Formats: sequence, C-alpha cells, structure tokens
Amino acid sequence: MTNHWVDIKNADIILIMGGNAAEAHPCGFKWVTEAKAHRGAKLIVVDPRFTRSASVADVYAPIRTGTDIVFLGGVIRYLLEKDQIQHEYVRNYTDLSFIVREDFSFENGLFSGYDAEKRRYDKSSWDYERGEDGYVKTDPTLQHPRCVYQLMKQHYARYTPETVERVCGTPQAKFLQICEMLASTAPANRVATILYALGWAQHSIGAQIIRTAAMMQLLLGNIGMPGGGINALRGHSNIQGLTDLGLMSNLLPGYLTLPNEAEQDLPQYLAARTLKPLRPNQMSYWQNYPKFFVSLMKAWWGKAATAENNWAYDYLPKLDKLYDLLQVVELMAQGKMNGYICQGFNPLAAAPNKAKVLEGLAKLKYLVVMDPLATETSEFWRNAGESNPVDPSQIQTEVFRLPTTCFAEEDGSLVNSGRWLQWHWKGAEPPGEARSDIEIMAELFLRIRERYRREGGAFPAPILDLWWPYANEANPTPEELAKEYSGKALVDLPDPKDPARIVRRAGEQLAGFAELRDDGSTACGCWIFSGSWGPTGNLMARRDNSDPTGIGQTLGWSWAWPANRRILYNRASADLQGRPFDPQRKLIYWNGKAWAGADVPDFKVDEPPDSGMGPFIMNPEGVARFFARAGMTEGPFPEHYEPFETPLGYNPLHPKTPAATSNPAARVFARDLADMGKVEEFPHVATTYRLTEHFHFWTKNVRLNAIVQPEQFVEIGEALAKELGIANGERVKVSSKRGYIKAVALVTKRIRPLTIEGRTVHHVGIPIHWGFVGIAKPGFLANTLTPSVGDGNIQTPEFKSFLVKVEKA
Amino acid sequence: MSETTRPRTLPRYSASERSNHWVVAITFILLALSGLAFYHPAFFFLSDLLGGGYWARVLHPYIGVVFFVCFAVLALRLARHNAWEAKDAQWLKHFPDVLANREEHLPEVGRYNALQKALFYVLVLSAVGLLLSGIGLWRAWFSLPVGVVRAAALVHAACAFVAITSIIVHIYAAIWVKGSVRAMTRGDVTWGWAWRHHRAWFRQMVKGANE
Amino acid sequence: MALQSLDIKRRSATTSPTPSVREPSVGAVAKLIDVSKCIGCKACQTACMEWNDLRDEIGTNVGVYDNPADLTEHSWTVMRFAEYENPQGDLEWLIRKDGCMHCEDPGCLKACPSPGAIVQYANGIVDFHEENCIGCGYCVTGCPFNVPRLSKKDHKAYKCTLCSDRVAVGQEPACVKTCPTGAIEFGTKEEMKEHAQARIADLKSRGYANAGLYDPAGVGGTHVMYVLHHADQPTLYSGLPKDPQISPTVSLWKGVAKPLSMAAMALAALVGFFHYMRVGPAETSEEDEHRAEKEVSHE
Repeated sequence: MTNHWVDIKNADIILIMGGNAAEAHPCGFKWVTEAKAHRGAKLIVVDPRFTRSASVADVYAPIRTGTDIVFLGGVIRYLLEKDQIQHEYVRNYTDLSFIVREDFSFENGLFSGYDAEKRRYDKSSWDYERGEDGYVKTDPTLQHPRCVYQLMKQHYARYTPETVERVCGTPQAKFLQICEMLASTAPANRVATILYALGWAQHSIGAQIIRTAAMMQLLLGNIGMPGGGINALRGHSNIQGLTDLGLMSNLLPGYLTLPNEAEQDLPQYLAARTLKPLRPNQMSYWQNYPKFFVSLMKAWWGKAATAENNWAYDYLPKLDKLYDLLQVVELMAQGKMNGYICQGFNPLAAAPNKAKVLEGLAKLKYLVVMDPLATETSEFWRNAGESNPVDPSQIQTEVFRLPTTCFAEEDGSLVNSGRWLQWHWKGAEPPGEARSDIEIMAELFLRIRERYRREGGAFPAPILDLWWPYANEANPTPEELAKEYSGKALVDLPDPKDPARIVRRAGEQLAGFAELRDDGSTACGCWIFSGSWGPTGNLMARRDNSDPTGIGQTLGWSWAWPANRRILYNRASADLQGRPFDPQRKLIYWNGKAWAGADVPDFKVDEPPDSGMGPFIMNPEGVARFFARAGMTEGPFPEHYEPFETPLGYNPLHPKTPAATSNPAARVFARDLADMGKVEEFPHVATTYRLTEHFHFWTKNVRLNAIVQPEQFVEIGEALAKELGIANGERVKVSSKRGYIKAVALVTKRIRPLTIEGRTVHHVGIPIHWGFVGIAKPGFLANTLTPSVGDGNIQTPEFKSFLVKVEKA
Repeated sequence: MSETTRPRTLPRYSASERSNHWVVAITFILLALSGLAFYHPAFFFLSDLLGGGYWARVLHPYIGVVFFVCFAVLALRLARHNAWEAKDAQWLKHFPDVLANREEHLPEVGRYNALQKALFYVLVLSAVGLLLSGIGLWRAWFSLPVGVVRAAALVHAACAFVAITSIIVHIYAAIWVKGSVRAMTRGDVTWGWAWRHHRAWFRQMVKGANE
Repeated sequence: MALQSLDIKRRSATTSPTPSVREPSVGAVAKLIDVSKCIGCKACQTACMEWNDLRDEIGTNVGVYDNPADLTEHSWTVMRFAEYENPQGDLEWLIRKDGCMHCEDPGCLKACPSPGAIVQYANGIVDFHEENCIGCGYCVTGCPFNVPRLSKKDHKAYKCTLCSDRVAVGQEPACVKTCPTGAIEFGTKEEMKEHAQARIADLKSRGYANAGLYDPAGVGGTHVMYVLHHADQPTLYSGLPKDPQISPTVSLWKGVAKPLSMAAMALAALVGFFHYMRVGPAETSEEDEHRAEKEVSHE
C-alpha cells in the first residue's frame, strides 16, 4: 500500500478491482465502511463476479477476467478526453512534459525493439530524450508530439467505451458511470483510493494492470494524498515483510537487487544502481545505494567484509536467470534438482499445474517441509483417490517433516499491507516437538558450517565468514534479529559536519537509514527497516493510538517503513507553495522553515517547496512516471494482452498480430505452452479466489472454519447451469488441459454471461482452500486446473484467467 | 326374602373389562395430570408425579399411546351398548328429573342412559383428537410444519379439556349414583340398582335367568 | 448499571409477580444489525461458536454460501444470503444475520410450560435456561421467527442468549465485538434507534428510498433490530416476516383458553359438589331391591 489501512477512511471514492476486500480482508474492510458511513464515500466494485464487496457497493460493474487494462485504459482515455485531471499535480509532479526518444514506437500491439524469437525487447528506445546538459528534455506546454502526455493520449485513444464494452463485456452505461465517479476526484480536494490484490497480480500482465491503475491515480492527483494511493492488500499477515526482506530469488533485503552474471565487480554493480538525477536539483534517493549495500554486507559478514575485498561482494551469488517458483518447478520436473526445502509453503497446493509439481516432487531425492501443519506437499506421495491418484510405490523422494511454531507461538514482528512493522508477543507455547523457524535454520546453518570447517569445500568462505553474533548460536532471538535488520554503529560515528562530535557510539542502534554509511562503519540488515529498533528501543512495540489530527495518522502506533512514514509520496499532497491540496485533510505542509504535519515528510525536510525538487524522490526524474522507460518487460505504456488461455484466440485490439495475442514478453516454458488449452475444447473462462471463511490451505484443518464453509464448490451462473442442465447443489466436473476437479455446483445469479466480441462468455468461479489433508470435507486442489505461466515482470502465476470445461459429474 | 340375605346381583363388567377400564382410567389420570402441568403453570407441580417436567414430557406421549390403545379396545367392547335410540332423546328431555333423583318420571333405561352414551361418543371423539394432535406435538418422533404443530397444540388442549370435563362428570356420576362403583370394582350390581337405574337392562338380564 | 442488570422481568409458566421495584434508568438494550454494512463474513457466527462453546457438525455444501444451512442447537446465528434482482435490473446480494430477535413480547416465553425455562431480563434479553427446559418444543410454536432449535442429544431448546453473560458484566455480545465492519452495534435501545436513523438517512441518500428500521410492533418491538435497505419488503431478506406476531393459535391456546378452560373444569367439579350437597346421592333403597325381586317372582 502506498497508504495504509486506516487511511482508507479518508477516501471519497473507493474502487475495488482486482480484489475482493470484503471477502479476503474483512477486518481492513472496516475502513471502507467507515469512509462510507462518515465521509459519504461511494464504493465501486468491478469484478467478473458479484462479490461480497459488491454486496455493499454503490456501483457494481462486471468485467471479463484479464481485461482490466482495457477498462482502466478506457478510464485514462476518458479522463484525458474530458480533461478531468488534476492539472497542477500532473504538470509538476509527473513526467507528462518529458520528451521521449524519437526511435520509440508502438505498432500492431508491439513496442519498438521486439525480438520475436527470444520473446524479449531491446528496451534502449524506451527512454527520454536528453539535452546537452545531460538532463531530460521537457516541453512544459505539453504540445511536443513526443512528450509523454501526447504519446499517452495517442496510446489510449483506442480504448473507447465501445472497446471496453466489446472486450471487457462491461455495459457502456456502467463504465461511463464509473468514469464519471472516478473523474469526480480530479479536483484537488477530492480523492479516490484503489484497493486491489491478487485479482490484478495473478495475470500474465498483472504488473501492467497495476501500473495502469497507478497512472489513473496520477492523472487524478490521488497519489500521496490522504485517502488516495494505490493499495495492494496483502494476502498473508507478513507477505509484505517477505518481499521487504528480499525473499525473492533476485532480491536482497530492502529491494536491493542481486547482481547478475555480467556484474562481476562491485563498482559496476553499484554504478548501475546509484541513479543520478535526470533533472536539475532532484534528490534521486537511490544515490545512497552504496550506503545501504555496504551496511547490508557488514551486517552479514561483519569483519570479513572489508573495503579491500569489496565488502565481500564475491560472496554474493550472481544470477544467470530468475529462480522464481515456476522456474524451480520446471527444474524439478526436468529432474535437475536433488532436494527442496519448503519452509512455510505448500507448493503442491499453491503452485500452478499440480500435475507438474507432483511430477517434480517425485523426482527429488529429498524434500524438507517446515510447517506448523501437515500439508498436501508433505503428503504428495499419498494416494488420496481421485484427488491425488499417485502410486506411492513409484515415489522414492524422502520426505522430512519439521514441525514449526506458528505466529502465535513466537515473538516477532509482522509487516502489514500498510508497511507497519508490528511487534507481537507469544500467546501460547508451541505443541509437541515444534520449534521456531529461526531455531531450525540456525541449527541447520551450524551443522553446515561445522562440516565446511572440517571438510573445506570449493568455496567455504561465505559460510565460514558469516557473522553469527547471537548469544545462543543455536537459537537467535527475534530481538537480536530485529536489532540486526534495524542497524547499528560498528565504530563511533563522528558528525560529518563536526567531526569532533560523536553521533553514535560503537554498538549503538541507529535512528534510521540517514545514518548509514558506505565506509563499513555501520551495519544494517535491511535499510528500509532502519530505525525500527532505534537508540530508544523497539519502536515496533509501540501501541499509542492517539490521532491528533483525526485523519488516522497514528504515528505512535508501531513503526512503518520507511522512517515511520505512513503515506508514501506525501510531499505530493501539497501544492507548489507547500500548502495541502485539501485543507480539510492536511498531511504535510511547508511551515516556512521545514516540512511538518501529520506524517513524516517523504522529502528533504528543509527543502523549500519552490526549489524545483520533485516529490517522487526515489525516481531520478523527481517526478512520477507515466512512461515507465525500461522499468517494465512489456513496454513503457501498459497495453492489453489476452490471458494465455484466451476465450477469443486473438487480441481484440490487435486481431491481425498473433504475436500480440498474449503477453509477448512473458517467459513461458515450452512444456507449459504445450499444456495450454484452446477455447474449442475448454469453452468456459475460469478464475480462482479465496473465500472469507478460510485462509488458504491452512484453515481446512480448523473445525470452526470447516463448519462455516465445509465443502468444495464452484460457482456457475444460472445461464450456464441451464445450458448444461446442472441443478444447484449437484456435483460437477471442471476440467482444464491439465487435469480436473469435482465439486458441488453453486448456481448463482451473481455470475452473468458476458457478450465479448459478439459471443457469449461464461465465467466459472473456483474457490481454492480444499485439498486432501484436513478436517473439512476432502476436495481437489484448485491448482490442478491452473496454467503454469507467470506475469512478465515478477512471474506471479496466471491463476485468475484460464480455460476450463464444466460438465455434470 | 329375609332381612339377612344379601341383595341378588347382576354381572355388569367382566374381570377383563374391569381391568381394561382401570388401565384406561389410570393412564387417563396420569395424562390429565401431566397434561394439566404443561397446560397451566398452577398445575406444573403435578409433573412431579411423573418424575418432574422433563420426564413428564418424555412419558406423557407414551402413556398416551397406551391409553389410546386400551381405550380403543374398551370402546369397541362397549360400542354395541351405546347405540343411540329414540328413547334416549326422550330421557334427555327429562334431564331435570334426572338431576333431581326423580327417576320414576323417566323412560326406562337400557344398559346405558343417554348421558352415558353421550359421554361415550364424546370420549371417543376426543381420544381420536388427542391421538392425532398428540402426534403433531411429539417432537421426539415427528417433525411437522410449525403451523400444523400450532394447530395441534390447540386441538390437543381443546380435546383434553373436553375429555377431562367429561371425566369429571363421569366420576361425579359414579359418586352420585350409589352402587355404581361396584360395577367397576367387583363387576356386578344389585338387582335393585339395576331395577332403579337401568330397568330395561334389568328386565332383559333377568328374563333369561328366571325361565 | 442497567445494561448489566439480570433482574428478571418475565418468567415462563410463572403466575407470581416478578421483582419490579428496580427500574433500569437507561431502558432496555438492543443489538442493531445494519444489513447494508454486513459483508457476510461469518465472523459473528464463529465468535458465537467460540464464546458459547458450540461446535456444529462439519456439514456439506447445498449450493449456497449459507453454512451451516440453518440454525441448529449448535448454531445460534447463521448468515442467510439472498440474491435479488431489483426492478432496475441490478443485482443485490442481501445478507442477513439470522438468530433470535429477542422480542419484547416473546412468543417462546408465552408458550413455555416450564417455570423459569425462559426468562426475560429487565434489559429485554430473552434467555433460555436449559436446566429448566423440559424439551416440549412449545417455544418453537410460539416463535414468530422460527428460531429455537431442539437438541437431538438432550432434547432441550437452544437459541441466542444475546450473550446475557457478557452483557451482565458490561460487555457487548461476542458477535458485536467481533464484527469487522461495525455492521452489528450494541447499546441501549434508544441509542440504537438513533444510530439507525443516521444509517437510514445515509441509505436514503444513496437511493434506497425505502430504507428503514425493522423493529416490528407485532411482537412489541425487538431487542435485535435490523437496518434494511428495503424495509418495505423484509421478506426479500431470506423470508424475514413482514408483520411478525405470535400466532393467533398460540395466543388463543396460551391466552384466554387457559383461564377459561380451567374455570370451566373447576365449575364442572363444583356443580357436581353442590348438586350432591343439595340433591344428595341417587341411592338404591331396600325397597328397590324388593321391587326388583318382586318383579322377577311375579313373572
């Protein structure tokens, strides 16, 4: 979330799209009801199904799954066409006036630089034009034909309301009503927020859908505003923490990135990431990258990381490719992996194409499952009848199950969707032999290190040199780890302005990332968390809910990254003179000497508002980008591409370009491509989702949850049920190219057939949550059906849009 | 006939009929008392006779079934004596004489007088009503729509009211007309009793005896 | 604290007066269920099961979101989901939390034959005291909302207590405490009515011209009230009765019929008694015996 949960109450318009907040985030949804009840906010829900969120919405519009870019692109066109944009905001705080290189083009659904063979773009033309001074050229009049404004206008001119209706199936009247409501937030004192989740992320064009939404919000001047922003509602209590701490295969903590194979030396690695300003007097905060990086290396390798050895840069792996989940399963299925440690994860249930995962797991020599619960993954070898028809005698994988504690059985911090690090305290002793993940990992490490120490090896240094300063080596405490990621001074730190003065004594916790240094004198495990355990103690444990301004800015409650800032880009909530755009909801303002207000300014605190410094300090431009430059795989402007399993067989925006049917730059393994179904054989469009009664595949082990939602079902519309002769409550078989499930049919008015390009498209709703382990009625893993293809940028699987066939069981 | 000889008697109920009657009577009393307990809070204490409210609720319907079966047998046995005749209406016209113990003004009565016959019919009808409505209320075995159950409750109460009131009359009649109770305790009545209250029956009974 | 008072205002099958000296100064309590804020998440159902130590069977799916599919002795509240296509052609998903309405004039209490099995506290809560329940099911016939359920195990009747135990110590019912969207509120009945008016005004401003409060007069008002978008058509909400009242059959049965029939029976006995006292027994005299003998010997 750019903003945070409580801040939703400040919105005037709330758009829930690509998510079902009421269903999946009922507790956070309270802020939607608060906004409705106390601000008179209007709620819009756009979804293929009439959801629980839709049940309390002011306006609901149906949409064909996977066509959100068309819808949102249509909104962008509407806003530009009707000139319903926040002019002061977009002219000063975005790249609208920036001029793009002449060789950039977009034709027949493809951007310049496409290599069809490699399914990859040469992105060099996707950039701004530079002037003599090295800075980007701009045209403040927005008249230059290649300025971002003109290019964007041209790009979305095709996304007419007719196109939206034809491609998304959304009735024009509903679409225009929603456009009007969103446009009502263009004035400076009105704000819309967007709540989304995996309904946008789990598409082969997921990241681009989200970008389109962000662009819409920028046009309306809603980013950085209280009650605004673009807000990803995370699906696990600590999944935000997972990405923050870099648990993706290509990330280091704090969104630093692992070097790739070509980056063998440190200066080269740092230069590529230490971004110089693209416009005069911009902050370009990533210029501090070396401080964050060196402090991270010091936290990991301590005294072994020195200026002489490039801060142990050689100890880091250099990536030859992404090792995301889909890649891992592919390697497993190819028999290229020996073992797999599966920590707090149930890939048999959670990864696409269960048959492929099963095949992969069966080829492993060993599988370690660390989990508080028995999972399907840990029992993948068990024949559970039709839902897991394996022959255990043919599976040689040795499975180790290590019971772990669950969150309530340990101290620690969880990072919520609003980036709050909230410390929590153990509520119960773990049962039986359960041990914390920390303890298990520590013991594993100690044994591996011991073995390296005894036997040596090809490259033992990264293991042997790892700094392990914990009081009990075999069981580091959450407090020790928290202090480590927050950071401390390794030597006495002198004040750069007055070297005689010591800012921090050696060993003292740091107050924030501003104190980090690139000379090895500070250690910090995750720069964005720096200050969470500061010199005054554990700020994550704070529970002061006072809200002096009444707009929900409880700065004394827990601690938010970065720097306890609650709303990102909050400088953009004030105008060029530093006055809040909305005097009713003052976030920060220039008081003549400094920035002050209800939030920690996302800006240089003493930088006067008229100095020309842009509010988007993480961008080298200093402003927000409509034109993504090389940041995205598919192109600088989001373009609609069909799901890999499309009910049309072509891209209705580019019917004559087969290469542009589905995401042209998505990585697809040959075998997975062969496993894709065609509409002729699988005529129905399926989408998977959660139910409020369950949490993933956990709560089918819990009696209360099983009582309130006991048995697997699929949702089909009345029209499709009638066509297939299926009565409500009957059992149906749902098949895709990859397998089938059987479940109870829930026949509903809430899924209506859509008319797309003149033909009728039926959606089928497939809740996840059931499997062959647990006390709820046994069922099939929903991912038996799903295709193995990920988003072009971050490889999130396309769970939200694929083809199936429904029939009576 | 001397002063010391005991009056001659006529058999009125066989031992089997008497047993049948008393089973019906006992079950009826239990049903009436437990039923009253459910009906009116003032009588709830009566449920203690069956072991408290809970057990009274459990036992009442089972006792009811026993009652109904035995009552049905008894009713079938006595049905032929209860056929309505023209003289019964005549008898009823003289009801004030009945109440005033002036039987000499009444037409001759057979085995049962009109009131007894009326009681018979009323009890048969209310027993059937109690059985059918009782089924509706017997949640341990039957689950009927709530509208039916509500109607059943009212019908059950109405039938029970009629039956209990009738039985009050019945019992009073037995107390009032001396010499009646022995018909159900010993099975016979004296010639004089029969001659006085059921002369036609008496004559029919002794006709054969003297020939 | 009046909210905490567990003084009993009415008690089933009880003829003596209940204590009436203390008058709760803030009046009765009420739970307000704002259907327009409810997302059907079933947190209230789960909280109810947890607080009251209830665990229903793990059932099956019968083609709806309603699970368990009906109220049971283990499920004192359930969400009922109704799909409604309004005259404008738009779909509405009307989700109603079903359970005891805590009528001011409770039909269950009226019908109950067992003293103290059903009580109404001074704060308006209607509570079942199962230790006094005899399992007759009369409460079921008395309820206009089809709420009480008989256990198959102990045959006693169970329903929502409005967490009388929590309210007694100044806490809100478990469902209220857990409701994430604030769709369930708890307070004095007056406060809740006021709060409802604000909600109704909001709904009217959003185009629900017939939004209103469901507090049916036919049962003397209820201590569980609904804010409905379509207060003119409560039956849209999975058959919420439009004008609920205690069935006339039950009113008759547990009303006038009771004293009248008792009086009639007493009268019958009294008539007999006085008849006996005035007229005396109908005796068979010696003379009757002689006449009988004579009649036979004459023949």
